Amino acid sequence: MALQAVAFYLFALVAVVAALLVVFARNPVHSVLWLILTFFSAAGLFVLMGAEFLAMLLVIVYVGAVMVLFLFVVMMLDVDFAALRGRVAEYFPLGALIGVILLVQFVMGFGAWSEGVAQRAAAATPTPADLPNAHAIGMVLYTQYVYAFQAAGLVLLVAMIGAIALTLRHREGIKRQDPLAQIHRTREEAMELVDAKPGEGLQETRS
Amino acid sequence: MTIGLEHYLTVAAMLFVVGIFGVFLNRKNVIVILMSIELMLLAVNINFVAFSTHLQDLTGQIFTIFVLTVAAAEAAIGLAILVCFFRNRGTIAVDDVNMMKG
Repeated sequence: MALQAVAFYLFALVAVVAALLVVFARNPVHSVLWLILTFFSAAGLFVLMGAEFLAMLLVIVYVGAVMVLFLFVVMMLDVDFAALRGRVAEYFPLGALIGVILLVQFVMGFGAWSEGVAQRAAAATPTPADLPNAHAIGMVLYTQYVYAFQAAGLVLLVAMIGAIALTLRHREGIKRQDPLAQIHRTREEAMELVDAKPGEGLQETRS
Repeated sequence: MTIGLEHYLTVAAMLFVVGIFGVFLNRKNVIVILMSIELMLLAVNINFVAFSTHLQDLTGQIFTIFVLTVAAAEAAIGLAILVCFFRNRGTIAVDDVNMMKG
């Protein structure tokens, strides 16, 4: 139990400090790297809570895909980030005020919250005791939540098509592959048999 | 000492507040605003999983998967819009995004 507490405080501290550094870092590349550290720490917290599947999902999907996408975009755009920093000191009091108000609201809400018996009894999908986490999620996800699962797939499909449609552009003056022309090439226009006599060479060929 | 629900909720609340703070602090830089939104979604996910573990109910973890899906889609579309905007205008400052002002 003590080991669990040590691990929790380690992951929580790293997560919060890295999150603060995401916000305060001057260079967006550093921000992305701190965000990756935050997600790793959150994955550790998920493992502590017994949600191993989600922890792996967080590492693979977030760190492996989304954060790398962020990193690509940050490095691809040639932006003067120093100019964008601008007047941080001007926004600081307002942001701090809103943050403090929000935190106080969280604390008040949590103080007013108390757990009733009904909440435990109303578990829609109780966690099976004898199954591993990934197995248990699979048993529920593909049966009870199958429509939501399909809808999530559609959301990803639309996002993929949208991202491609937004960023795809055909530049002029670049050799491109034309699959249709390649398929419709016939033997007659592709090759020619020439009877080359010895000592004369070829006079002219279609090229 | 045992680590209970309260500890995880505290961490999630702190991460959420840091995310809100980041949106206000970096009002000009869209990329950092997007990252702050990711932080907030992460805080929500931690809340979901904490309650899921506490109440022994898998629904929270299922919903976390959907939140992850939507967050990934949002990041992809947001960054695509950002790249498109940068190509057209040569800047990503939020103050300059006023082409659609009537």
